[in-house]
Amino acid sequence: MAEKTMLEAVHDAMFEEMKRDERVIVMGEDVGEGGVFRATEGFVAEFGPNRCVDTPLAEAAIVGVAIGASLNGILPIAEIQFADFSHPAFDQLVSEAARLYYRSNGTWNCPITVRMPYGAGIHGGPYHSQSVEAFYAHVPGLKVVCVATPHDAKGLLKSAVRDPNPVIVLEHKKAYRLYRQELPDEDYTIPIGVAELKREGSDISLITYGMMMHHSLKAAETVHEQDGVSVEVIDLRSVSPWDKARVLESVKKTGKALVVYEDNFTGGFGAEVAATIAQDGFDYLDGPVTRLASPDVPIAPFAGELEDFILPNPEKITTAIRKLASY
Amino acid sequence: MVSVKEIPGAMGLEREQLLDLYYKMFLSRTVAQRERMLNRLGKGPFAITGEGQEATQVGATFALRPGHDWVLPYYRDIGVAITVGQTPRDLLLALLSKSEDISSGGRNMPSHFSEPKLRIVSGSAPVSTQLPHAVGVAFAAQLRGSDEVALVTTGDGGTSPGDTHEAMNFAGIHKCPVIFVVENNGYAISVRWSQQAAVPDVSVRAAGYGFPGVTVDGNDVLAVYGAAKEAVERARSGDGPTLIEAKTYRMVPHSSDDDDRRYRTREEVEAWGKKDPVVRFQKWLEEHDLVDRRKLDEIQQLAAEEIDEATEYAENAPKPAPESALERVYAD
Repeated sequence: MAEKTMLEAVHDAMFEEMKRDERVIVMGEDVGEGGVFRATEGFVAEFGPNRCVDTPLAEAAIVGVAIGASLNGILPIAEIQFADFSHPAFDQLVSEAARLYYRSNGTWNCPITVRMPYGAGIHGGPYHSQSVEAFYAHVPGLKVVCVATPHDAKGLLKSAVRDPNPVIVLEHKKAYRLYRQELPDEDYTIPIGVAELKREGSDISLITYGMMMHHSLKAAETVHEQDGVSVEVIDLRSVSPWDKARVLESVKKTGKALVVYEDNFTGGFGAEVAATIAQDGFDYLDGPVTRLASPDVPIAPFAGELEDFILPNPEKITTAIRKLASY
Repeated sequence: MVSVKEIPGAMGLEREQLLDLYYKMFLSRTVAQRERMLNRLGKGPFAITGEGQEATQVGATFALRPGHDWVLPYYRDIGVAITVGQTPRDLLLALLSKSEDISSGGRNMPSHFSEPKLRIVSGSAPVSTQLPHAVGVAFAAQLRGSDEVALVTTGDGGTSPGDTHEAMNFAGIHKCPVIFVVENNGYAISVRWSQQAAVPDVSVRAAGYGFPGVTVDGNDVLAVYGAAKEAVERARSGDGPTLIEAKTYRMVPHSSDDDDRRYRTREEVEAWGKKDPVVRFQKWLEEHDLVDRRKLDEIQQLAAEEIDEATEYAENAPKPAPESALERVYAD
């Protein structure tokens, strides 16, 4: 067992996959030099520039070339430097990678992994902070995971590389160096689409993912100590597909659901979770299905005061829990 | 009698190969005409074809090794699909969106050719998204140490999207074995070339990507073949991409939903009709005593039989099961 940060876990997942299977390559901006977050540190020395490919600054080409290479025996891990910069590649992801299998009636498939550091809370301003998971979770044919722990990052990234479909791996960048976690020495994967119970509870189900999972655990601890409220925290980890069964099972037990997400309130992925609970879990509910998210302003303004004001945090989550608990 | 190889402009092809070229062009034309007819008869809701561009499509593709090299066609490329081995039956099954449609099982629109066995990569409708894919296919061949090349086509409108620039730039940097063919028919639906680009020949853009670009007469099948052959040799030997601009003309409307009388004069269309590439190549073969009337009848009869058989088969083939719309969204 070794203690690793999430960033080291991401590095190790790719490194081990490239060792395991010579078809795996990484490609993206600055990856040759190690990448802006150092996720590919030492890759050129180990694997050479043909398997750790510095691309021109052109996101549609990064994804589009990865798609083409995946049709001809290569398993590319494409890195989009910040999720905010995936928008120029939106067409390649949505029109091409996602639809290739369906439109060819299952005769072509597109086994690419697209990594994107995402999320706010790091003074990244409006273009290094966005949550993009709702855009891609909306699209049949793509799989989307949101990771925020070293263990999940490594296991889900490995699953993405081995998946025959295009998988978008959203790595919350505020979690990159948040803490160290002991990881198994042996190879392991985590299945895409399976949520994890982070804290057991009986009064409220709190469904979340990404950095909000860490904030939610703090809030759950606070209300447990101060109010005696027992909150069950579920980390979705995957938003497409997502673990509806696990969520509904929890709501059945607690009767109350709070969905916490970092993205804008309107149309964020948590809205889908809330709607599903309202429709399929109606008989279980003893209070309103509640959402806590960022307000509908561009995420995130640069000044710390502005950014802190809009993002959900443990205090805001604590308040939301107390309100829901009072029903 | 002179050997074929001594005929100027025969590009080193043997008589049988020249006749095969002609057959593929004629068959492509026949399929396109049948597709439009079936659409007008109300049997298929949409048809999109490229009559007039057969010399470019067949000539360029003829330089490849089918099943070894890759093609990433655009929606006018019946001639590309035919040349690498799709049959009239394959194409009409797609036109009528039948279950057996090898390209998509009725999921994609007609003329969105695909077949892994023939290395035809499935395409979409947003224009020129296939160019980065072609570069990726070629890049993968390089990484794997294979001598496969990729040929990708697009129209003149297809020279404008950002994907085209990004693809060519990437290919130039990595010297990818890819051949970009622009089938410049002068119109992106109704938008003239002068509104698409400020240069007369788009092939000059290749210089900006560090590889050669040539403009050829796209209605001269042997000229296109010659340019493609050279480009394939360059690609295969590790010298990187080539941009081939083939100047041609679409003799029909953009699609079954278009009326080109709104934007093209009949005089212009008729003038290009006199440069019909299929007729032009037939005359060339006749002038060089490579075919006689009897041989031409034989070839044309063969195409007619093939298209009739294909029509009957496709019309009688079953439609996809409605509930199969939910299947094959994700690979297992």
